[in-house]
Amino acid sequence: MQVHRVSRQYVIRKLLIMIPSLLGISIVLFALLALAPGDPFDELATNPAVPPEVRAALRAKFGLDDPIWMRYWHWLIALLQGDWGFSFVSRMDVSTLILQRLPVTLVVIGASQILAIAIAIPVGVLAATRPYSLFDQIANTFAFIGFSLPTFFTGLVLILVFSIQLDWLPFVYRADISATGWEFYWEHIKQSIMPVTVLGLFQGAALVRFVRSSVLDVIRLDYVTTARSKGIGERKVITRHVVRTALIPVVTLVALQMPIVFSGAVVTEQIFRVPGIGSLLITSMLSNDTPVVMGVTFVSACLVVFFNLIADILYGWLDPRIAFR
Amino acid sequence: MNERELRGLIGKVKAGKLSRRGFVQAMMAVGIGAPAAGQILMHSGVAMAQSPSTYKPTKRGGGGPLKLLWWQGPTLLNPHFAVGTKDQDGSRLFYEPLAAWDGEGNLKPKLAAEIPTKENGGLSADGLSVTWKLKQGVTWHDGKPFTADDVVFNWEYAKDPATAAYTIASYQDVMVEKVDQYTVKVKFKKATPFWADAFVGTRGMLIPKHLFADFIGAKSRDAPTNLKPVGTGPYMFKDFKPGDLVTGVANPNYHQANKPYFDSVEMKGGGDAVSAARAVLQTGEFDFAWNLQVEDEILTRLEKGGKGKVSVTPGGNIEFLLMNTTDPWTEVDGERSSLKTKHPTLSDPEVRKAIALLVDNKSIQDHIYGRTGPATRNFLYGPPRFDSKNNPIEFNVDKANDILEKAGWKKGADGIRAKDGKKLKFVYQTSINQPRQKTQAIIKQAAQKAGIDIELKSVTASVFFSSDVANPDTYTKFYTDLEMYTTTMGQPDPGTHMLQFVSTEAATKANKWQGRNITRWQSPEADKLYRETEAELDPVKRAALFIKLNDLAIQNQIVMGIVQRPTVSAMTAKLNAQISGWDNNTSDLSDWFKDA
Repeated sequence: MQVHRVSRQYVIRKLLIMIPSLLGISIVLFALLALAPGDPFDELATNPAVPPEVRAALRAKFGLDDPIWMRYWHWLIALLQGDWGFSFVSRMDVSTLILQRLPVTLVVIGASQILAIAIAIPVGVLAATRPYSLFDQIANTFAFIGFSLPTFFTGLVLILVFSIQLDWLPFVYRADISATGWEFYWEHIKQSIMPVTVLGLFQGAALVRFVRSSVLDVIRLDYVTTARSKGIGERKVITRHVVRTALIPVVTLVALQMPIVFSGAVVTEQIFRVPGIGSLLITSMLSNDTPVVMGVTFVSACLVVFFNLIADILYGWLDPRIAFR
Repeated sequence: MNERELRGLIGKVKAGKLSRRGFVQAMMAVGIGAPAAGQILMHSGVAMAQSPSTYKPTKRGGGGPLKLLWWQGPTLLNPHFAVGTKDQDGSRLFYEPLAAWDGEGNLKPKLAAEIPTKENGGLSADGLSVTWKLKQGVTWHDGKPFTADDVVFNWEYAKDPATAAYTIASYQDVMVEKVDQYTVKVKFKKATPFWADAFVGTRGMLIPKHLFADFIGAKSRDAPTNLKPVGTGPYMFKDFKPGDLVTGVANPNYHQANKPYFDSVEMKGGGDAVSAARAVLQTGEFDFAWNLQVEDEILTRLEKGGKGKVSVTPGGNIEFLLMNTTDPWTEVDGERSSLKTKHPTLSDPEVRKAIALLVDNKSIQDHIYGRTGPATRNFLYGPPRFDSKNNPIEFNVDKANDILEKAGWKKGADGIRAKDGKKLKFVYQTSINQPRQKTQAIIKQAAQKAGIDIELKSVTASVFFSSDVANPDTYTKFYTDLEMYTTTMGQPDPGTHMLQFVSTEAATKANKWQGRNITRWQSPEADKLYRETEAELDPVKRAALFIKLNDLAIQNQIVMGIVQRPTVSAMTAKLNAQISGWDNNTSDLSDWFKDA
């Protein structure tokens, strides 16, 4: 391991740079949400049974009448103390809402990311080592189909085939399975198969193309020819010399996709009713529940920034030529 | 049959000279349905025959889980904060009101021992108070007894503006007193014909005093019980994930014998209406799906498998067409459609008459809504006792042409009629929603044949139905000539519904367009009728007044009913569930069961 080459100073400097950028992001997010039209208590205005005073009292109670900068300041101070805000709609802490949804999101979206990587790397490498072979052609075709079909379409097709025609898999995801023991896991796996497949194939397809072109770039380089002429076996050349170099851009892509694991997949979650963070985000947006929207988007932003740092560090490990200063 | 004859008959029933059944038959002979007839008797002081219970199970539990699918999951479970039906439906798993509305708009006791009537002394003759007798021996889920103190507390809780309860309107103008441990008296400031508002139905669910007493007013949001309901209902709270899932288990101490039938209940949220229908009708993963705003054609196709059935429950919601009485194209004092203006062409009654003849309700029902939208011209059609028989549907292009011709609207070179340089060109707006766009097209087509040019406009629902004062495209601003949407009627009393025709309720800049009268119709006659309904304690006379008010608006073509919008739900073939269009979907959950 050459991780030690990454100097502590470098990491600290990067971490310090994160602070102003996160502050900037939070200001932009907050301002956008505050300036956007709509009001969480909008629905009340059109409800004849609710007098305007109630709406006024609620606005005052949730601090919506304060100027934007003051609301931002309150939000920031609270966040630094670990308080993520209070949902207007559900009247509970934003952190509770997010934590409730987190396990399902991590399992489903995480599994689909793993599936995507597990498919993309071997297929992409194999296709690149035999360019324009039959395998490459097939892999390419499927990759094109895979990323040109939107998830709502593949999702519906899977539901029609496996739930309605064959009746093998349930298409409504339920986070609380009452069964215990093996049956508990089996039920969870059964209901996760379709959403994980839909997402995994979609992301995997794009990744295959990426891995393939990246490997193709590297495989033609002189040092690979040198390695081969030294008499190193083909398999070793590919795994030790080619793949490791070719994976560098792939790492960036995967690392930057990681925040998605947290923020969920809105469309797929909606189709299969997966109670993930994506569906929390979309329902909160529709009901103008700004504290929740702010919480989810800000955590996503933090993760993007953080995984950028991880990607930077991984570069150093994968390619010693990249120096850290 | 006129009012006097009707009264004569009621008198006979009271005196025992005519049987209930004889009365109902006489009513049916003149076109008044059994439910309406029963209602007339009840309000006239003849005790109501309790509708026979269809509940079959002979013991509590044993029915396995009941799985409900709401495509928008509940987001909170305090009934006083429940905004939409989803939250009320979710709260109703655990909480109950004193009485619920059944499908025919009649009251059914829940936590009340009986429904107050004049005969049992529940209703005062002057209409100033109502006395509720509570059911005894009812306990909250935590074992504490349910008493009059709880009922009084709910009033104190909801009426406090600092609590910011959405139910405040039902409680702020009444006074509630404890008479004894199991009796409460609701007092009104003035004679109130519609007395069954506080503690009844969707806004009447009762929360326990001992858990909420410390959280009244400004502290209301901090009550832990907001998220962990403790009620008196058939199911006890187990778990809640906002927007996703609510679960409960059967209440072993429920106050009605042999109920509930199911061992547990779960209400899952999320997704969309079509796939919710699929999950019940095609795969049977769920037992019940709510509010299926899906085209009837699709529902019929899904139903073919035989696994489930679609249930259509009539209520009072109406999809209707509004004609602007003010001028939407002239700005006066910073607002269009100002009360100070008159519509340049629609103010001609002949033009309105012609437009009414161009609305083809029947085709709209047949080709667009099917079972989910029976045609009607009335604005007020439910409960049946308020349904006017005086407004037949008439679609006749030739007649419309005739009327316009006679009134001096002549066709120009472009085929559009005009008079005094003013053309019959209208903008017709609604929200984006496929059936609505199809309806718009049908009306536009017919209008064209009569020389009226209609420009269609569709606005995103989130804008159209918002209260954003800065946006010109909201339905309450009504900055076009014609518009169409569905207005809901939450209670079987038309009081709020009919505010649509009261002058002082006109939506204007001054009231931030929050008035209920969207067409801005100013009619002294309608105002007078509405005022009379507010004071009329006799339910028969009052119903007649509402029918008259409806007829006045329809016959002046201020608004026009297009189709009724009943509640559409899906249930598995074996499920027996009574759904009421006047209460929450889950209002009768204690009586749901499955055939063995």
